[in-house]
Amino acid sequence: MNNELIHLSHISKSFDDKVILDDLDLVIHENEFVTLLGPSGCGKTTTLRIIAGFETPDRGSVIFDGKDITQLPPNKRQLNTVFQNYALFTHMNVADNIAFGLRIRKQSKSYIEDKIAYALKLVGLEGYEKRSVSRLSGGQQQRVAIARAIVNEPRVLLLDEPLGALDLKLRQDMQYELIRMKNELSITFIYVTHDQQEALTMSDKIVVMNQGYIQQMGTPEEIYNEPENAFVADFIGDSNLFPAVFLRDGLISVDGAEFPCVDKGFGEGRAVDIVIRPEDVELVEAGEGTVTGEVTDLIFKGVYYEMCVDVAGREWVAHSTRPCPVGDKVGIRVDPFNIQVMNKPASEDEEAVPTNE
Amino acid sequence: MRNHVRFKGIKKLYIALIFIFMYAPIAMLIVQSFNKSKSRGHWGGFTLSWYRSLFTNADIGQAFVNTILLALLSSVIAVVLGTMACICMSRMRKTPRTVMTGITNIPMLNADIVTGVSFMLLFLTLRIQFGFGTILLAHITFNIPYVILSVMPRYRELNPHIYEAALDLGASPVYAFFKTVLPEIMPSILSGGLMAFTMSIDDFIITHFTAGAGVHTLSTKIYSEVKLGIKPEMYALSAMIFLSVLVLLTLVQRGSNMLGVGGKED
Amino acid sequence: MNKTKKIAGSLGIPYMIWAAFFIIVPLIMVFWYGLTDADGHFTFANVAAIANPAHSKAFLMALLLSLIATLVCLVLAYPLSLFLVQTQKDSSSSLTMLLIIPMWMNFLLRTYAWQSLLEKTGVINTFLSSLGLAPLRMINTPGAIILGMVYNFLPFMILPVYNSLAKIDENVVNAARDLGAAPGQTLLKVIFPLSLPGVISGITMVFIPALTTFVVSSLLGGGKILLIGNVIEQEFMVAYDWNLGSGLSLVLLVFIIISVVVSAFTDRGEEA
Repeated sequence: MNNELIHLSHISKSFDDKVILDDLDLVIHENEFVTLLGPSGCGKTTTLRIIAGFETPDRGSVIFDGKDITQLPPNKRQLNTVFQNYALFTHMNVADNIAFGLRIRKQSKSYIEDKIAYALKLVGLEGYEKRSVSRLSGGQQQRVAIARAIVNEPRVLLLDEPLGALDLKLRQDMQYELIRMKNELSITFIYVTHDQQEALTMSDKIVVMNQGYIQQMGTPEEIYNEPENAFVADFIGDSNLFPAVFLRDGLISVDGAEFPCVDKGFGEGRAVDIVIRPEDVELVEAGEGTVTGEVTDLIFKGVYYEMCVDVAGREWVAHSTRPCPVGDKVGIRVDPFNIQVMNKPASEDEEAVPTNE
Repeated sequence: MRNHVRFKGIKKLYIALIFIFMYAPIAMLIVQSFNKSKSRGHWGGFTLSWYRSLFTNADIGQAFVNTILLALLSSVIAVVLGTMACICMSRMRKTPRTVMTGITNIPMLNADIVTGVSFMLLFLTLRIQFGFGTILLAHITFNIPYVILSVMPRYRELNPHIYEAALDLGASPVYAFFKTVLPEIMPSILSGGLMAFTMSIDDFIITHFTAGAGVHTLSTKIYSEVKLGIKPEMYALSAMIFLSVLVLLTLVQRGSNMLGVGGKED
Repeated sequence: MNKTKKIAGSLGIPYMIWAAFFIIVPLIMVFWYGLTDADGHFTFANVAAIANPAHSKAFLMALLLSLIATLVCLVLAYPLSLFLVQTQKDSSSSLTMLLIIPMWMNFLLRTYAWQSLLEKTGVINTFLSSLGLAPLRMINTPGAIILGMVYNFLPFMILPVYNSLAKIDENVVNAARDLGAAPGQTLLKVIFPLSLPGVISGITMVFIPALTTFVVSSLLGGGKILLIGNVIEQEFMVAYDWNLGSGLSLVLLVFIIISVVVSAFTDRGEEA
């Protein structure tokens, strides 16, 4: 593991008596691609703005490379931001936008020219120096915003929903480009988004946030495969999220039907939540599965079919390459390894409200 | 289809008639300034003598200088105060901002005569000597709303991240303001300033109540001459002002189009 | 950042002081003088003086002429704005320019020019007599004053009406047509209601200066037709009765406040 670069220590922040962040603690290491993921209003942008210096936390401190920078103004910080909607200076051309920070640092003319050329090459906009930024497309403006930030050689690049305004195809291309740039620059990226697909694609580490709390922190695989609570399970990917009873180690019951699982130690007879990904729900002949139900919906999704199965009044979602017609009786089987058992939220405060964003 | 075309012609004709109505008196005055005959309804032949005698008329000269100086000073001061106020007001909470906006609108919505007499009463009560200073104070006051009206919407729709982006790139707050925010709102400041300048030049009523004896602007001078007949030199001067402003504005417009000033063309 | 916010907040202080001293205090002065007599005692006499026959005649005349002028402005400006929006797209800034340019010719001179056009031996009558028609008596009539008001204040009607019409989404109009409304119905049921805030703002912007003018009436009314503005002007500049002048101004203020409240109300409606 690399060196610890940023430590947000016990950060709290409210606006007009509305608590945005409550005792947030987060460590970011050098050369990591960290994504803050959550629905709007979860506190992810505020966290980013505190790191950038646009907001001062009410309590807690921001440690950067061992030094407390909580009170340091943004213009004195060794990090740069790519803003939502880019915030380009529309009265300047592309080159002047990129040179803005370098001129403040009084760099030599030749250095600035080299840097502009390098940055434009990195973002794939060679020859655009003299263009007016207001005549660029959204994707091009995005690239200029990135170039403008990275020429200052920041230790950390902060990105606030940078792809939000782009169309789907462009967004996917830019995801790969960002990964490539990060590898080429070998600096830390802190990325804010509400798009779970983006987070899963690009990040080394995902921090899932909701209502000012960190819900879970981990690699994309951990977040997807082992969600720690119902909020994370619901927010990341499609999922079957059911209340269940933990009968004993390796056995749970859903609506009275018993399913073997691999989780241990939740305490016998305790109420828990479980999550089963739709692709892990196996549809078999009626009577051959653990439970039996009736197919109520069948939708073609491209790579797979999505089917809704009604099992004693509860809806299960299954993904399969093989369609089952509506009205068919089917059995359902789940590999014990694919059932993720989770604790119910501990307190009212942490009540993780599922959001469909 | 033909009906449609004819209707379009009628629309254009109507637009043209309204603008003829708006501009006819101006054409009339410009023609008058070349009229040899002093009587207005009668064309006595072409002359430039009013333009010649204009430059030897010290009274009109002084009034002209006063008018321009007033317009310049009052619009510049109004631009500075108004822009500062916009920055402050856009950050206010809703209620104080509504109150401030309401107060700001008073000089614009109030009748000029009431604004004029209210200034007159203020200066009388404070025993301030009527003159150039009192006119200037009044003009600044009624000019500020035009600046705020023009700058405020632009400032509020300004992307706040632009200022933050400059700080993020290492600019100090002052540098960030002058390098990024100010250029972005500059077009609105200029048009607000132009509006203020125009209002100051064109004002008569408020000046009438705040001028006192001795100090004349072109407006008060014209008013004092109305009863006896306006001197043709006044037509000549007004025609010159009008045409030079027209030329100036056309040049500015042309120039700004060429440089692409004014930011986005959307 | 807190420091920046503090600096930004303090930038408004000079203007606040200015507004308090040069907007609020002068208005208080008008109330003060209007509600006291020459010795400084409280009285309603200055306001009640509006009932004095000479004053009330001038006031009613002003009210009548300004209402007619406002109506004429609306009738002229609405089709103009509509045609401009339909024929010229994106002409907002050039229209503003076209309406401001006349202001570079002095307001008094512009009005005075109408004397030359309207008077007994003026341009229009010369033209009429060259056609063998009888000359018209136009100058020094109420009609001339209305014309002067319309001429001077028409831009204040055109701009808000045009802006509110230009703001209407073309697809809203298309939707009305799509749903079967004839052009006339679309205008009446969709376009006009949507442009109402602009119309009301235009009405107040024309009505107030027209109601209170003394210049138009003294230039085109030949001193024969007195409006309330003329009365107030004379009280201040000739009779030096500031208390009476202020009292009569307070009557005007009532009308001004009513229009301001009405237009503020429609403005808020527009925002919501």
